[in-house]
Amino acid sequence: MIAALDAVEVDYPGRGRALGPFSLSLEPGETVALIGPSGCGKSTALRLLAGLEAPTRGRAVLTSAKGETSVVFQAATLMPWATAEDNVALPLELAGTPREQARARAREALAKVRLAGASLDRVGLAGSHKARPAQLSGGMAMRVSLARALVTRPRLLLLDEPFAALDEITRRALADDIQTLWAELKPAIVFVTHNVEEAIYMAGRLVVMSPGPGRVAAETRIEGPRPRPPGFRVTQSFRETAEKVSHDLALAMEQAA
Amino acid sequence: MSRLLSVLAPIVLIGLILGAWETACRALNVPAYFLPPPSAIAEAAATNAPALLHSAWNTLSMALVALLIASAVAMALALIVAPSVLMESAVRPLAVALQVTPIVAVAPQAVIWAGLDHPERAVVGLAAIVAFFPIFSGALTGLRSADPDLERLFDLYGATRAQRLFRLRLPSAAPYILEGHKVAAGLAIVGAVVAEFVAGSGSAQGLAWRILEAANRLQIAKEFAAVAVLGIMGVALHALVHAGERAILLRWRGRR
Repeated sequence: MIAALDAVEVDYPGRGRALGPFSLSLEPGETVALIGPSGCGKSTALRLLAGLEAPTRGRAVLTSAKGETSVVFQAATLMPWATAEDNVALPLELAGTPREQARARAREALAKVRLAGASLDRVGLAGSHKARPAQLSGGMAMRVSLARALVTRPRLLLLDEPFAALDEITRRALADDIQTLWAELKPAIVFVTHNVEEAIYMAGRLVVMSPGPGRVAAETRIEGPRPRPPGFRVTQSFRETAEKVSHDLALAMEQAA
Repeated sequence: MSRLLSVLAPIVLIGLILGAWETACRALNVPAYFLPPPSAIAEAAATNAPALLHSAWNTLSMALVALLIASAVAMALALIVAPSVLMESAVRPLAVALQVTPIVAVAPQAVIWAGLDHPERAVVGLAAIVAFFPIFSGALTGLRSADPDLERLFDLYGATRAQRLFRLRLPSAAPYILEGHKVAAGLAIVGAVVAEFVAGSGSAQGLAWRILEAANRLQIAKEFAAVAVLGIMGVALHALVHAGERAILLRWRGRR
């Protein structure tokens, strides 16, 4: 177990309960997708796992030390005044790594997110470690954000709808890249999404959440090798799982309504 | 091409206005004490150039000193107040009160505090009060403007307070702080002139003194010349600060 939420509840003053009771246990190296409609507490659950918030009731058990947990947000969330390289070096520098060493590791991490996708040489992230966020496309900025999350070699990687702002082609490329990177470092990943097919493609376990307040509505194990082989999206089992999860999701929405 | 046009456009407009003004004065035989034509004003400016430039420098230097003082005090106060909402709610009404109080209302007392022999100190102090608010307000807004997700990231990686200030909040605030200084620079000149009207100028005879002197002697063309110098000075300072702001922002977005 690398992190666990044990019957946690989160109340926000004035807005009532956002989450819970909700339980989730994470094993090292596994990828869990949290899927559900807006306002079902997915992002709240993620913040609890990151230790950025404490539950109102219940227990959050976090085994990662500082710097062993990384978060990628919905937007790239880069510092506009710093280069891609300096953005990626930030977590190391905040932890006291000397600047030059931090930058060298940042360049390595950037090379990794680039190498993970052949399409990147074409869009030219090569040599763009000195570029400012404003000069990067949405997909490239997201890769820089991913490099920043990976530079600390995290044991737990939390992705909060990282593809929400990207086009279909970019999100597919990034989904493959994240899997390739996962195969190397084997962090536990929690992945928040609205998209059923993306969730099945990325995760080994899929948790459907229902809103008002957020709870587990259904849980599905997803078989098959990871990283996913080409053509995984058109297999029979992929289709069946997608149908089941869509059904679960529809049910969860109905309960809420 | 479009850049050239944007530089030419205001010049052409000013030329048209001056031309119409000149023509109207001549055609209608407007008396010089009522409204002198631009040619007379230009002549007065040329004749009195040394005195006007000297006075312009006096006003400008007082305004710049006031701007420096206002900047230092406003930035220091914003840094102290920014981390705490309680502190801000305590300080903000006072800052607003300072801003909405017309300086002519406090000028007489400022003269007494500065010492009757040093009206220029009163002028600097009063101009600094006027220039304080936009810098303070801009810095305070800017220090709170950092991306909340970046704030969370700094939480996640256990950033110290100093790291958060220097690596996140101050850089995020830079555009707001620059904007505040730009507004404050113009206000400092207006403040210095208004304060000089009320407080007098002692040995440092600024443009306000020239305007009053010329008006009292019914040298209306000279009065207009002094006002024109004041306007040109304001526009020039604004352009200078604006250029500085742009250069710094370019580096800010493309630093290192």
